Amino acid sequence: MARIDDQRPVEDVVSPAGARSTQAASASAGTPTGQPGVPGAARVRARGGIRGREGIAGWVFVTPMIVVLGLFLVIPIGMALWVSFTNWQGSTNPFAIGNGTDVVGLKNYTDLFARDGLTRDNFMQSIGNTFYYVLLVVPLQTILALGLALLVNSTRLKGRGFFRTAFYFPSVTSSIAIATVFLFLFSNTGVVNAFLGYFGVDGPQWFNDSRGLLHLAFNAVGVDDPGWAQGQILGRSLWDWLSGPSVAMFVIIFLVIWTTSGTFMLMFIAALQDLPVDVDEAAALDGTTGWQKLRYVTLPMIKPALFLVITLGLIGTWQVFDQIYVMGKGKPAGTTLSPAYLSYQQSFGNFHYGSGAAMAFVVFVIIIVLTRVQRYVLTDKDERKPLFGRGGRK
Amino acid sequence: MNARRSKPVRTIVLYVAVLAFAVLFIYPFLIQIATSFKTDPDAANNPLSLVPNPVTAQVWQRIFGQSGSSAVPVSTWVKNSVVITLVVTAGRVFLDSLAGYALSRLQFRGRKAVFAGVLAVMAVPGVALLIPKFLMVNYLGIYDTYAAMILPLVVDAAGVFIMKQFFDSVPVSIEEAARMDGASIFRTFWSVVLPMAKPALITLTILSFQGSWNEFSHFLVVTRGTTEHQTLITGLASLISGGEGASTQYPLKLGVALVTTIPVALLFFALQRYFIRGANDGGVKG
Repeated sequence: MARIDDQRPVEDVVSPAGARSTQAASASAGTPTGQPGVPGAARVRARGGIRGREGIAGWVFVTPMIVVLGLFLVIPIGMALWVSFTNWQGSTNPFAIGNGTDVVGLKNYTDLFARDGLTRDNFMQSIGNTFYYVLLVVPLQTILALGLALLVNSTRLKGRGFFRTAFYFPSVTSSIAIATVFLFLFSNTGVVNAFLGYFGVDGPQWFNDSRGLLHLAFNAVGVDDPGWAQGQILGRSLWDWLSGPSVAMFVIIFLVIWTTSGTFMLMFIAALQDLPVDVDEAAALDGTTGWQKLRYVTLPMIKPALFLVITLGLIGTWQVFDQIYVMGKGKPAGTTLSPAYLSYQQSFGNFHYGSGAAMAFVVFVIIIVLTRVQRYVLTDKDERKPLFGRGGRK
Repeated sequence: MNARRSKPVRTIVLYVAVLAFAVLFIYPFLIQIATSFKTDPDAANNPLSLVPNPVTAQVWQRIFGQSGSSAVPVSTWVKNSVVITLVVTAGRVFLDSLAGYALSRLQFRGRKAVFAGVLAVMAVPGVALLIPKFLMVNYLGIYDTYAAMILPLVVDAAGVFIMKQFFDSVPVSIEEAARMDGASIFRTFWSVVLPMAKPALITLTILSFQGSWNEFSHFLVVTRGTTEHQTLITGLASLISGGEGASTQYPLKLGVALVTTIPVALLFFALQRYFIRGANDGGVKG
């Protein structure tokens, strides 16, 4: 964390007040009083008076934030953690034991992994679905965003502002409104099927099609539920795990890539515009091809932005909820279930709040572990950056 | 000189690529607008067409409540959306900058711990908060009220972070002059610091407006979902995800979706450069 004193402009440091504040900073915390340098008694008074007032004002200024974030974020997480160890059904006070609410220990967690049953079946299916969802969305949206950024950043293109606006606009509109549009585009009589019809292709019933894309690929080469894929892993057969995203989930994948690429494109544009021009010229003089330049010059230099985009992508995709809620609620055949939606459904639909909370915490852990792993993989040993580092800017 | 000769070709490829993507990104919105003026059968039979045949304002009459019983309660939704967005945005802009200023400038015991707390809170994924928010709202006895919809949103950690970063980048000398003249800390903040922070405040206003206008899951868990407390977004969600009769009325659904898009779109086109700054400052929606 950067100390505030490090960021003071130079003229401030050479002024008497500034000099004093640097002294104070080395002793304890800095005292940014603006009083002209009268040493001795006045200085002592200043420490007591102004610093005291600043101390009080500081706390007064941050109190609303602490109250709101504490009351609606920090404490509730503790409450939910408690509920995840109970069998609370929503009717009574979750913090009074008895009256039908009991502490069940880790049961809500073990039910997700170790006990055969509907809860584990659904949860594991949601994990499988989301795994394929993340596996497709994160790389594709990163590549599309980078591609759009390179296109829009090209000096040969006229009307760059217009195209940037067009690509970014979906990112600012509501996820629910966009989902509405896509429900129409991919409906049975919708735009996509009408378009495919021009080429004589009979489009699928997108939102009712639970066939997995990998299963379809296996079927195409004559493999269907073979003997080697019968083994059970966490309550699901290997064949089920290998389904790939369903056709219905594929629509959501397409929608999310289409919606979020614009935001990530802006991050790449910001990074590209920070690239020094002489590097570009040197690369051109060396006679590199466009691809070589991208691979050996541009990509290494925008690595922090790439890192940020992938991290935000991983964090965002594991939480997919809004689109699932309005585009199928897990249907067809559970192939669009995500853990976030299942956690909601389990709590507010089935009133198993403990189980729902446990699912939410498992997703929480998955996200933290994945971002850590990704950070480890993508960062060179000697230049580790903080998780939310924004090294790509200015 | 091979490279120079190939340039026109490259330029054409560039334009073809960028135009193809532009169509892919813009066409859905054009279809949305056109379809809202179509009849149900026309929307189903000619989904690709940008020209409604026949043109009908039926959907818009229903949206603006001029067709009696078949009206959609859009006016209630709009009212709720506007009130909540305005209150949340005002709250966030004021309280986030207050906290951001204190964390950047004021020396008080525990400042570093508080800032570390803000960073920790920012790292909590939203998915882990749905049930917690419901539990607290329930515990406080404010379930299904405006208080439950607004209070948890009036401060956001990311906004505090943006403001703190901004104040860190601004020289202190002007405020020190004001303070020397005997202005109180709050007075200095209000009349000297805030006016200087205009660019950051606009960015924060946009992020807050966009965030609270488009908010969905929070309202879903703290209200019962009756019309009284529905916003445009939760109302639209109930329209498209439930109700047997509503299963095919795409012109209506797309019209309501358009209503939810217009305010953000207007703000976006008016203040585009601030949006772009905001996208690079803040995170990204889930």
